[in-house]
Amino acid sequence: MGKIFQFHSDVDTDQIIASQYLLFPTIEEMKEHTFESLDKQFAAGVQKGDFVVAAENFGCGSSREQAPAVLKALGVEAVIAKSFARIFYRNAINIGLPVIVCKDLYDNVKTGDEMELFLTDGKAVCNGKTFVCTKLPAYMQGILDQGGLIPSLNKE
Amino acid sequence: MGATMIEKIISNNVGKEAKAGDIVTVSVDRVMIHDIFIPFVAEKFEEMGFTELWDPDKVVLIYDHLIPASQVDDTRHFNAGNAFAQKYGMKHVHRSDGICHQLMTEAGYVKPGNIVFGTDSHTTTYGCVGAFSSGIGYTEMASILGTGTMWVKVPETIKVSIHGRLPENVMSKDIILKLIGDLGADGATYQALEFCGDTVEQMSVASRMTMANMAIEAGAKCALFMPDEKTAEYCEMTLTDKERSLRADEDAAYVRKITYQAEELVPVLACPSQVDNIKPVKELAKTEIDQVFIGSCTNGRLEDLMAAAEVLKGKKVAPFVKLIVTPASRSIYRQAAANGTLAILAEAGAMITHPGCGLCCGRAGGILTDGERVVATNNRNFLGRMGTSKVEIFLASPKTAAACAVAGKITEA
Repeated sequence: MGKIFQFHSDVDTDQIIASQYLLFPTIEEMKEHTFESLDKQFAAGVQKGDFVVAAENFGCGSSREQAPAVLKALGVEAVIAKSFARIFYRNAINIGLPVIVCKDLYDNVKTGDEMELFLTDGKAVCNGKTFVCTKLPAYMQGILDQGGLIPSLNKE
Repeated sequence: MGATMIEKIISNNVGKEAKAGDIVTVSVDRVMIHDIFIPFVAEKFEEMGFTELWDPDKVVLIYDHLIPASQVDDTRHFNAGNAFAQKYGMKHVHRSDGICHQLMTEAGYVKPGNIVFGTDSHTTTYGCVGAFSSGIGYTEMASILGTGTMWVKVPETIKVSIHGRLPENVMSKDIILKLIGDLGADGATYQALEFCGDTVEQMSVASRMTMANMAIEAGAKCALFMPDEKTAEYCEMTLTDKERSLRADEDAAYVRKITYQAEELVPVLACPSQVDNIKPVKELAKTEIDQVFIGSCTNGRLEDLMAAAEVLKGKKVAPFVKLIVTPASRSIYRQAAANGTLAILAEAGAMITHPGCGLCCGRAGGILTDGERVVATNNRNFLGRMGTSKVEIFLASPKTAAACAVAGKITEA
């Protein structure tokens, strides 16, 4: 079980982690500023196993891989959105952060709700309801299963 | 069934027919890494256990976001880049020549039909010469540096046709802003944009660059312009039959078709704080502004500076308004100096800065504060992009931006 942090549509990568923090030497230092312009309490409040739930086009904007990286570093279990921007989606899979498309979840939950995610079954359970998620293409699921692109390449 | 331009480029690369939806592994023709991400690319490259670059000639490293350094920490990125370049025998390192997306085509690194990846979302720009180019993260870049390959899903294509002659005060920037407004910020996600029609054929490669640059703002994977004589001249080459054959077939399958009549287009703005929040300039007329920025990989080319100079010639920037002009490359800077453009801009009251990303990515050179408004020719008006999160950013063409600088208010050129 994890807690939901809900965000709106078109959350861009500057909102996830602003440009000025990209110069910090490590992800550990950057992560304290995650979602700073949207929710100053997020980085301090989020716990390992929590979820980010968003509407359409999550992660639009720049190619900064630090955006999924800070979420993973903060312990976010998965990002579940109605849709994702392409580069964010790809970067997230490559670093081993599950990104899941679910059309119905956003409109039926709110920040603070407790949720359980069954990744391999492609479903989420929250407020007594079960939500069906879109499964990843096999190629991407393979990368994710191995923990990201680096472990996956090392295996090859 | 015929093929779209992106299907042809990828098919040529993999040596077999590739259709939209296929997942294929392509051989990469060139990659671009900029100063912000080089430390991370270097770290991942070694973490992956690679000991040499797949082809040092195909790797380009460009310092642009942080030059000249405005904070001590910035220098760490140059040191990391220099160390990596030296260790692995990189041949192409640009330390102060201009913005990455300008240099990649200007310096001849990208040719029609190439497949190119860069650690920056605006890598879509090279579609201006008919190359498939797209932005990726640093882990994936490290993987390409070691293998020379990358998996891609062949995208579906949205065909955008533009016909007729643009009004005097409408530029290619207005077309792409209008398109982003019509598509929405995620309207082309995972898809390619293919531009055609006589308006596009009449356009300079520089104008096409502006449009390809902003394709990502509609979520697109890439944007493509058919290589033609203008492309050949720009790339200083003669097009081969293979390059000429990249034109999409008449019976190619498109996911959507959009047509614009140039005469009907008007100057527009992307209003705070979404790129798809498009309104005609007229609707916002008389809104007071604090600063104008003309530059960036979107609109920092010679024709953009000249268009601004035409508006500003013999006039003065309004009191209290700061006009910042940033040529996109040293070459453009020199040309604009030689033909008198910079003199006109300086005479009007512009601050002319070194080529680089500076203000566009909120790093340096004109940062704004709460409640201030800026009209800017760059590509993003996200919250906090050019200063605090309470700065209002309006995106516009160079002509509109220059007119606003004179008026001190939002106005049409």
